[in-house]
Amino acid sequence: MAIVGVVASGNLEALFERTDDESACRVEVSTAAHGFQPLWEAVLRDFVARGTGGLRISINDGGARPDMVALRLAQGLRLMQDPEA
Amino acid sequence: MSQAATTTQRRVSWFEATARQRLAALLDPGSFTEFLGPAAREISPHLALFGLPAQFDDGIVIGQAKLGGHEVFAAAQEGRFMGGAFGEVHGAKLVGLLRAAKAASRDAVLLLDTGGVRLQEANAGELAISEIIRAIVDLRAEGNSVIGLIGGRAGCFGGGGIIAGCCTRLIVSEPGRISVSGPEVIETNRGVEEFDSQDRAFVWRTMGGKHRYLTGGADCFVDDDTTAFRAAAIETLAGRTPLTVSVLEAEQARLKARLKRFGAAKDGSEVWQALGVTNPASVPGMDTEEFLNATKAVRESADDAR
Repeated sequence: MAIVGVVASGNLEALFERTDDESACRVEVSTAAHGFQPLWEAVLRDFVARGTGGLRISINDGGARPDMVALRLAQGLRLMQDPEA
Repeated sequence: MSQAATTTQRRVSWFEATARQRLAALLDPGSFTEFLGPAAREISPHLALFGLPAQFDDGIVIGQAKLGGHEVFAAAQEGRFMGGAFGEVHGAKLVGLLRAAKAASRDAVLLLDTGGVRLQEANAGELAISEIIRAIVDLRAEGNSVIGLIGGRAGCFGGGGIIAGCCTRLIVSEPGRISVSGPEVIETNRGVEEFDSQDRAFVWRTMGGKHRYLTGGADCFVDDDTTAFRAAAIETLAGRTPLTVSVLEAEQARLKARLKRFGAAKDGSEVWQALGVTNPASVPGMDTEEFLNATKAVRESADDAR
């Protein structure tokens, strides 16, 4: 398990957990900012293309911009690559 | 990269660090076991009603750890989530931790960073504040210490300020602020003539870390640096300070004397002048070492009850 970020303005938190399904990466996004689904999908598609199978990622969004989302996802993924995570 | 773990002795600002980064830097490496961590998803049941995002730990990290080899229970508030404010779950986690500390007869370390009660769940938050105060007093009555560490972005306001007042010892840095009513609240209620909340220098002269240390409201003044907080916390935990009626009576007498001595002061700098600080105007510009040397002999000594 790994947690990155804080739910603050322009920021978000992302909780990374392992699942048994190595073929899928499940991402849940909770946000109060509506109307940005295509943007979320674009950022997440880029991210899962790096090979993120076996992960469940839960996001609480505080109105983060796409670059912040990408940064937090990359940080979380790196923490999950640590053998102790 | 502030989030990255590093082995170098780089200075890490307490003010800039998150609650989790502060705990990682404060406690003995690898010793922390979190209770009700983010994976438990114990989120606020109220924020969604207001269309507000929740945080998985509800803005407080609690657990058990070692600090300088000493077994402690620790809590850290995340000042950037809802201003570190107390909601129902946030407060209940701290109450539970303090009660567990009493059951296990352990000292508690509270990394306070809060604007007070969360307005969206104010009743639950106010109740939590009273329960936390009760739990602190119960823990202290058993002879255990509760150490407060204050140097975060949100300061320590509202019910958090009262909780700080109930701690055995407080460690504060210059950016840390301690008060009950915050600057904007005082200005709104009493007018800008009474308190100009936009005057940052004035805010720090009346509520900031240096002022609180000088008037005995905080016991230990440290650099805005996680290693300085750690060293001060370890040193503070080594002392035993029971909470007794005579301690409270001595504190009451000290507060009465303080009011008589400084009651007419309109600004922190007037209090420092009355304390006998040479050149009070230079206090805000001093670095930690200069400040401690210049004020050691004249500061009002904090005692156990505060």
